[in-house]
Amino acid sequence: MSAAVAAAPALSVEDVSVELGGRLVLQQARLSVDKGELVGLLGPNGAGKTTLLRTVLGLLRPVGGRVAVEGRTAKPGRTALGYVPQRHEFAWEFPICVADVVMTGLTGRLGLFRRPGAAEWEAVADALERVRMSDLADRPVGQLSGGQRQRVLVARALALRPSLLLLDEPFTGLDMPTQDLLSALFVDLAREGRAVLMTTHDLLGALDACDRVALLNRSIVAVGTPDRLALDPAPWMSAFGVGPESALLRVLKATAR
Amino acid sequence: MTPVEFFTDLFNPELAFLPKALAVAVMSSIICGVVGCYVVLRGMAFIGDAVAHAVFPGLAVAFVLGGSLVIGGTIAGVITAVLVAVFSQNRRLKEDSIIGIFFVAAFALGVVIISRAPGYAGSLQQFLFGSITGIPDSDLYVVGITGLAVLAVVFLLHKELVAISLDRESARALGVKVFWLDLVLYVLVTLAVVISVQTIGNILVLALLITPASTARLLTDRLSVMMVLAPLIGGASALVGLYVSWSWDFPTGGTIVLVLTVAFLLGWFLGPRHGLVGRLRRGRGPLIDDTGALAPADGAAVLAGAHANVPEPVDGGRA
Repeated sequence: MSAAVAAAPALSVEDVSVELGGRLVLQQARLSVDKGELVGLLGPNGAGKTTLLRTVLGLLRPVGGRVAVEGRTAKPGRTALGYVPQRHEFAWEFPICVADVVMTGLTGRLGLFRRPGAAEWEAVADALERVRMSDLADRPVGQLSGGQRQRVLVARALALRPSLLLLDEPFTGLDMPTQDLLSALFVDLAREGRAVLMTTHDLLGALDACDRVALLNRSIVAVGTPDRLALDPAPWMSAFGVGPESALLRVLKATAR
Repeated sequence: MTPVEFFTDLFNPELAFLPKALAVAVMSSIICGVVGCYVVLRGMAFIGDAVAHAVFPGLAVAFVLGGSLVIGGTIAGVITAVLVAVFSQNRRLKEDSIIGIFFVAAFALGVVIISRAPGYAGSLQQFLFGSITGIPDSDLYVVGITGLAVLAVVFLLHKELVAISLDRESARALGVKVFWLDLVLYVLVTLAVVISVQTIGNILVLALLITPASTARLLTDRLSVMMVLAPLIGGASALVGLYVSWSWDFPTGGTIVLVLTVAFLLGWFLGPRHGLVGRLRRGRGPLIDDTGALAPADGAAVLAGAHANVPEPVDGGRA
């Protein structure tokens, strides 16, 4: 059994269907992410990207299929899984410093009534070091820039030392140089042996940085390396519901060479 | 009246209600100050107001039946809080509408119940605006013990309450029981309100929750410091407010709230970092928020490392 677990991909989404308010939002979605791999999840608004992430987190129960993290069904708080929400989900005006925010990533693991000890603070220091925010550890989070805020959220997810990292639209509202720095960080995090899955609306950024790209619209329409997918307009037209003359396809054509 | 005369009055056996009122007012302010930090930081002011009104039918029932006001108010407040928490799970209606429906309903129920009691107008006024006379000895213990329990729960659940205040979805993903912690927080707010209603009154109690915590927020960027400052400001304002009201025969609740408001305005104008005076000295416009809005470009922030966004040195160099 342990051999089977070891051989299992870091994340496998097996024919997962999810209903929200009686409507089928995900239909037999199928995707796997291996350790060491950065996978981009692309799709139009309402395609079910966030729903897929929430299902992987164990916050939504699929009506069909199964999500396995390292071969086991994920449960909130039980699985070492790092989640980086969209920046606007976080209360940045809260009077708290960077290191304390990163420590909240360990709230579930510590459990009720237990206070963080040396091991936990070490995990926080490592996570801050990893995103190069150690020198800002004592800074109130309200004073950080957008890119720094994104890195704090990544550090909070890394505090659990997860083997799988989920990023929800990390590039939204950031300028190009900041996006570049962040993508380089995400590639490095994957190369260090983590599986990284990120949703994004930034097609170019995803095609540039990701090892594989998955197109989602209710179901996974296509998965492949950026080189291969950029050459084939059909799945993009189907996933995004656009015609052959759309700007999206022109951009795609420009990147394919 | 000088402070010394006030002090002697406190020990005058014929004025035994005065030290009791002071003790209850100060304890209430301390507890409301601590709990109020969460109310302010989570933007729960409306919930605080709602709970303050929602305890009213419980007080009315306890008054009519001659039972304990604290217990009656707590039961009514908790029932309303639970109803709000449960009904808010339906995402079709926003939480503030649910709160509005239930707290006005609870308050209306209280008005109807208390109209059945003899001496209706006088007791209504006492509930709405508070009174420092007629606090039974037993209430001192009830307030003290309840207060300690509230503070203990805040202390024990601090890490969870911070996690759910920062970002509920991530907290849920970490396995934190968000719904139950919300409920606990509502109950804590209810208890803080109920023990304060006696002296300060149903309508003004919101100030004890909101004003000291807001003042403290102006003075610090650290939650731990805020949770020490808020009860200090609240407790000191209760003491000063009671002294002023006793000296000039002003209504106690109103006076305490006005003292709290003065403290808030002082914090607004004189706060070290965010205060108006500090900003002007730094040569900035008075109303620009320096959290977030003025954050530097990220490329620059990364290159400059720790030096980015450090406020300009303020003193000295100007002359």
